[in-house]
Amino acid sequence: MAIAIKPVGGLTPANIGESLRRKPDLKGALFQFVMLFSLSISIGVLVVLLYTVVSDAWPVLSTRLGDFVTGTLAPDAGRAGISQGLKGTFYLCVIVAIVAFPLGIAAAIYLEEYAPRTRLSSFIEVNIRNLAGVPSVVYGILGLAIFVNGWGISALTGGRSPLAGGLTLAALVLPVVIITTQEAIRAVPSALREAGFGVGATKWEVIKDHILPYAAPGILTGTLLSIARAAGEAAPLLLVGTITGFISNSPGWFDVRQVQDKFAAMPTIITSWAKQPEEGFRVENAAAAIVVLVAFVILLNSAAILLRNRFEAKRAG
Amino acid sequence: MTKEQFERNDGKGESMDVLQIARPVAAATSDAEVTDNPTVLALKDLSVFYGDFRAVRGVTVDVRDNEITAMIGPSGCGKSTVLRSINRMNDLIPGARVEGDLKFHGVDLYDAKVDPVEVRRRIGMVFQKPNPFPKSIFDNITYGPKIAGVPKSEFEAIVEKSLRRAALWDEVKDRLDESALGMSGGQQQRLCIARAIATSPDVLLMDEPCSALDPIATGMIEDLMQEIKSRYTIVIVTHNMQQAARVSDRTAFFTAEADSENDRRTGVLVEYDRTERIFSNPADIRTENYVTGRFG
Repeated sequence: MAIAIKPVGGLTPANIGESLRRKPDLKGALFQFVMLFSLSISIGVLVVLLYTVVSDAWPVLSTRLGDFVTGTLAPDAGRAGISQGLKGTFYLCVIVAIVAFPLGIAAAIYLEEYAPRTRLSSFIEVNIRNLAGVPSVVYGILGLAIFVNGWGISALTGGRSPLAGGLTLAALVLPVVIITTQEAIRAVPSALREAGFGVGATKWEVIKDHILPYAAPGILTGTLLSIARAAGEAAPLLLVGTITGFISNSPGWFDVRQVQDKFAAMPTIITSWAKQPEEGFRVENAAAAIVVLVAFVILLNSAAILLRNRFEAKRAG
Repeated sequence: MTKEQFERNDGKGESMDVLQIARPVAAATSDAEVTDNPTVLALKDLSVFYGDFRAVRGVTVDVRDNEITAMIGPSGCGKSTVLRSINRMNDLIPGARVEGDLKFHGVDLYDAKVDPVEVRRRIGMVFQKPNPFPKSIFDNITYGPKIAGVPKSEFEAIVEKSLRRAALWDEVKDRLDESALGMSGGQQQRLCIARAIATSPDVLLMDEPCSALDPIATGMIEDLMQEIKSRYTIVIVTHNMQQAARVSDRTAFFTAEADSENDRRTGVLVEYDRTERIFSNPADIRTENYVTGRFG
């Protein structure tokens, strides 16, 4: 007579097995499928792109990769190389790093830690976000007007030079650097701030000893990714005036005087070659240059990830 | 203590000595029953605002030397707000301000000449959730002394002394170089106490220090408080009435009620007395209801 199982919500020993049975979840399965499909499309596009580029570039990569990387811009497709473009892009990145990183990080620290929350500060914040979305060609016009032709500034930059281009790209990535740094600073737990203030640290000490070290991985990732973006930008450099055809000077890698001289850059070389009628330039050389540029950007990104992991390991103790 | 001592000094360790001199001998005998210890913190008709919102009002409390003062009350009664205004932690919140008197050894802590950084060196704080720095155990403790300008040669002694007082030395003495984040929650909280006393503060503020800990770790922290109260004046905010009854000498009971000036609820001090009176024979019916569990 005793009840063996206490009924739960209308359950009886007779129907409990049926009620616990797994039922098909069609909506859930469909949702999962749609997500997977979206992912496959993204990856598929990437794979097709890489495959096309590498197969187009294969005649160059397989026969004369060394010469291609060390060679100079030449009218003959079989002899043309990209060393000037690599040097140009390298110096552009260095200039971006030197100019945009300190400025952007400092601006973000001020906005997050010091700026009073007023209408003016939120107006500035919104506009930094807007600036991050401004098309890069607009920065090219700015660079042309100020860094190439600007009165007094052109004497410093040497006109159409890596310096002018680098400053233009620095202006382009500056909003991104500021925003990513701000986000990294915001992610610092308030408990850590309180701990610092609680033992009698000044604001500056809390920022220097706790907030920046904790935010470092995030800041680093954001800034290095912004360099990768700068390295791939063609439009502003076309306006600033990189050389895309034949260029006579080919200084050594570490001859810093070239930052005030005529220059070429990888993205603009690629755009210019891709427009050539000759197949050796349009297909093979352009694709090979793309492969080298992509490799360069992947290298930068890997460095960002490695450094971030190291900082994070340090943060976790 | 004179006013000058709170103004920003050159941070060369002088501040540490001042506190040692200023400390009166603890009333160790039964005299404590008859004569009250000297007042360390005097809160008089204190109100704390966040912008236009008055979070708590009418707080009059004398915190006495070498005693543990507990602040209890339901959520939103402003007890943590009061605690955080004592070491000017509320300064970090934009729009926070106080009205009324808050005197530390007779000096108005909200005087324009007072440096909040100096205040926090003398009035240390332990937070609700253990918040060690993501550094080694050793560096956690020496950070406060380091920024206060204490010479490096004294660090080892400070670390040992602080960890011993926090009843943590035997557990961690062989792994001082390891990250503090690898410790258990209870150990982390004792490390935070050790870190707070490493700067030789006068007062320790504890904001629900055991709410994230299990009963065993809680017991250790409570024992620790009893041991160190001969050296420090402690103010603790707690949700746990039994804890207040167990550890404190005096208890302040807060509650939240409708503000006459707007329709939001504001915290108010109901009663402040010796702990045994608050729990056995409170003067206010609201206190009685709360401590007997009929409300809150």
